[in-house]
Amino acid sequence: MVQQKSPVLDKVFHALAHPARREMLRHLAGGERNLSELAAPLRMSFPAASKHVRVLERAKVVRRRVVGREHLCRIEGKPLEKANVWLEGYRQFWEESFEKLDSLLAEMKAVEKTKAKRKNPKRKETQP
Amino acid sequence: MKNTGTLKVECINDCNVVMTRVFDAPREMVYAAFSKPELLKRWFGPHGWSLDTCEVDHKVGGGFRFILVGPEGHRMGMRGTYVELAPPHRSVHRETFDDYPGESTVSAVFTEKNGKTTMVATVTYGSQEIRDAVIASGMEHGAAESYDRLAGLLEEAGEITSP
Repeated sequence: MVQQKSPVLDKVFHALAHPARREMLRHLAGGERNLSELAAPLRMSFPAASKHVRVLERAKVVRRRVVGREHLCRIEGKPLEKANVWLEGYRQFWEESFEKLDSLLAEMKAVEKTKAKRKNPKRKETQP
Repeated sequence: MKNTGTLKVECINDCNVVMTRVFDAPREMVYAAFSKPELLKRWFGPHGWSLDTCEVDHKVGGGFRFILVGPEGHRMGMRGTYVELAPPHRSVHRETFDDYPGESTVSAVFTEKNGKTTMVATVTYGSQEIRDAVIASGMEHGAAESYDRLAGLLEEAGEITSP
């Protein structure tokens, strides 16, 4: 894939390139979470989780604010939007689905053709 | 890029995503593929995913229930309610994902020309926040594979261990 050089995109992709960080974003999609809440499902230590959050922060995908002893994190929509990364995931979901649909439609068309050829409604079928 | 098979996904504004795709088949057939469970089961979902549960009650006020199962046993459930149905031209439904908050409205218009059908689906989210929640869903279920590949490369380069 040929891509224009973009430091923002590089950072965002780097941020997304780790399953733990994607899992964190998935949680954050539901709203603001503190660091322990992000670390727990990943069975991660607080410092390890914090390190991952730092990568997300650097890409400006996540913003962290400290309230007392709590580190509250939330998703920042803008950089993701700018990078169109999420649209890419969406597009891929549908593109792959539609590729399958293309084959199905081709098959349906072929079946229609066969049906049209023999007008008599025989019960016998050529395809399962 | 292929001509008929090119999918266009655009972000119209904060709350709308528009998806356009041309299919090499008449509109009745395309509409059927979008509304009949036995046909949906054969194509809905990315490679490696299958539509494990597919229940469709195709009438206004009726709805659907889908559960996609991924290569590693990941499950993604969604359900919807049909709001407006005018086969084979147009259908409008509301949908929600089990794991993500918020509801979106999907309106699909099918037009046929020279035996080819163009589908334009407009997805409207209640707010930008809800739309952004799909970020995660898209990443997990769509692009996850390519990101994993990228993660592997980055790990090799030692970038992740020293962020």
